[in-house]
Amino acid sequence: MTSAPISNGTAIPLSEVPALPFPDFQEFIVEACGDDHRLVALFAGQDLEGFAVLASGAGPVLRVVRTTIPAAGFPSITPRCPEAHLFEREIAEQRGLKIFGHPWFKPVRYHRALGTPRDAWDRTAPIQPGVAPFYRVEGRQVHEVGVGPVHAGVIEPGHFRFQCSGETVFNLEIALGYQHRGIERTLAGGPHRSTLKHMETASGDTTIGHLWAHCLAMEGLLDLEVPLRANLIRAVALELERLANHTGDLGAIAGDVGFLPTMSYCGRLRGDWLNMTAALCGSRLGRDLLKPGGVRFDVDAARVEDLRGRLEATAADTLNAVDLIWHTPSVLARLEGTGRVIPAQAKNIGLVGPAGRACGLDRDVRRAHPFGPFQEAAIPGVNEDMGDVAARARVRAQEIQSSVEFLRWALDVLRALPPGPIEVQAPRALPPDHLALGMTEGWRGEVVHLAVTDGDGRFSRYKIVDPSFHNWTGLALALRGEEISDFPLCNKSFNLSYCGFDL
Amino acid sequence: MLKILASRLRQGHRTNAFPEEVPPMPDRFRGLPELPGEPCPGGCRACVDACPTEAIGEGPRITLDLGRCLFCTACTDACPEHTLRFTDEFRLATRAREDLLAAPGEAYRVAGALEAKALALFGRSLKLRVVSAGGCNGCEVDVNVLGTIGWDLGRFGIQVVASPRHADAVLICGPVTRNMELALAKTLAATPDPKLVIAVGACAISGGPYRDQEEQLCGAVGAGIPVDLFIPGCPPHPLTILDGLLRLLDRVK
Repeated sequence: MTSAPISNGTAIPLSEVPALPFPDFQEFIVEACGDDHRLVALFAGQDLEGFAVLASGAGPVLRVVRTTIPAAGFPSITPRCPEAHLFEREIAEQRGLKIFGHPWFKPVRYHRALGTPRDAWDRTAPIQPGVAPFYRVEGRQVHEVGVGPVHAGVIEPGHFRFQCSGETVFNLEIALGYQHRGIERTLAGGPHRSTLKHMETASGDTTIGHLWAHCLAMEGLLDLEVPLRANLIRAVALELERLANHTGDLGAIAGDVGFLPTMSYCGRLRGDWLNMTAALCGSRLGRDLLKPGGVRFDVDAARVEDLRGRLEATAADTLNAVDLIWHTPSVLARLEGTGRVIPAQAKNIGLVGPAGRACGLDRDVRRAHPFGPFQEAAIPGVNEDMGDVAARARVRAQEIQSSVEFLRWALDVLRALPPGPIEVQAPRALPPDHLALGMTEGWRGEVVHLAVTDGDGRFSRYKIVDPSFHNWTGLALALRGEEISDFPLCNKSFNLSYCGFDL
Repeated sequence: MLKILASRLRQGHRTNAFPEEVPPMPDRFRGLPELPGEPCPGGCRACVDACPTEAIGEGPRITLDLGRCLFCTACTDACPEHTLRFTDEFRLATRAREDLLAAPGEAYRVAGALEAKALALFGRSLKLRVVSAGGCNGCEVDVNVLGTIGWDLGRFGIQVVASPRHADAVLICGPVTRNMELALAKTLAATPDPKLVIAVGACAISGGPYRDQEEQLCGAVGAGIPVDLFIPGCPPHPLTILDGLLRLLDRVK
């Protein structure tokens, strides 16, 4: 038994998680990823306790192992397991550890190591974001373009460094960290009074996705059975979040190729979806709807009727607006073949969410590790594999359809359900020395929350993996060989989170 | 082409009529708070203890600092007497930081127009440069939405521009992370004088839920940037943001 099984929304005692010698821990990850597994999380806690969580295509149960990481640093597994590349850099930055043989050993978020004077890069001067060597292409006709951190639109900050020959991009390197707010640092010792707010705003456009993942971890720790009614309301909110953002993204993709009808209609329709979330809880982004143990707002019969009517009207308008894309050859010509990530690369770097599904990777937490009502209502898979902007757009269009169908089902079940409780009381104290896993499928993909408790029942480590953590590398790969003028289009087709990455 | 025309007919004209008409707000919207006028029985301070941002002031009467308030339900859920509640009043923007303090029995001092000289400059054309400085993309998306056809910010002469060189005002979201301090300072320096600064959201006004984090500066105010318009919320409703901008330009009274 080299690993312990763990299911989404459950907790296990730390004593049940095998503690492997560090070399065995690394070999376990490399072998499992070479097999049919993928790396869901790899992180280090206080006292250099390391954890790895892996998922396979075979079933809903994940595998977890732990180890003690050598303080003197360690050899990188990234050359043999590329999907570990950012996880390793993160461990180096957070714990001040050197990693040997990493192909691109740079900081991730540009902050000092947590609770130790060690520094992986021996920096003594104040740390400035983006200040580190960038990948450089040399040559008489090669030039460099730097963009950001402040961008032209209303968008979060990040720095993009292109190596170009004329219009053609040889390489794009993305430097983030500008949004770093220290969320994981503060969670150690928690939960605190501000914890739920930090969860809601870890990536504020994924309020439901992140807070539900946190709730799943907490409910696993506290062994809470959430009422069906509350879980249905959560699922309605999660799919409304997906609909709003997918609609907005398709509009933005249309806008970036100058196709104004879909852009204009989708911009407004995104608001109609957000207003349905506001009908649930008063906030367009779903703030304050969820809490560990249930939800704060009930949905009575009149509200179900109202939402059901708005669902049909908004869905019909959305499908009409999106449909124009597929019937306009000049738009399709701009989307097809642009910003391609080839499926083998996508698998190597561990793409998740719509970007992964556009490369043929059937990764969807709702299907693979179902939580709440997704255990009853199967979400259909999508079938795209071109990995280009068109495929990422098609995946979103198909998911709009399946989310609408899910909402019809969920609202009908909610209507038939007799009134009942929407929460169970959550005790204050968490069990000591446990590990809990909460995963949801946010609109950008897999949202992972891992809580490790200490002997006093406080978090000794709380790890958040936003889908953007995996997927920014996908955007960098998508730009290779593209024209630099297609960067905005490629960027919109991924629409990744900066703050969710920076945490 | 015919499909596009048919779609155009179907989708119609949907720009809301604000400020002539106020679009309907959700019934669970949380706006300006209504505070108990009397001291709470038994020295109850349940709401004070529940607030995640210490927005509720202690004293003989309860006060609420909307610059810190996340408009969450922590205080109203904790209040045993249900004397504390949020109304649907969305007009919340102010010109001064201290005006964000809501107190029982006192009228809330919502934002007034710019001074005559500034109004002459910006009243008919206000170009905004938006800087997210640690924002969670909540305030950002609800500022961005004002540019869609549902709101059509352009009809008021207000527009988001790509460069600070073209801007009259810098709109700041987020608690101002240390990692954005330099970029924000450079953006402000690149914006020609006279310029306005607009702080949108609890983070940009006070650090919001991140006010205790050493990784940030407690917003534009904490970073020492003079602010001309404060728009509270987490995030503020687009209507609150638009109302604030139009008040500044004397388009709404």
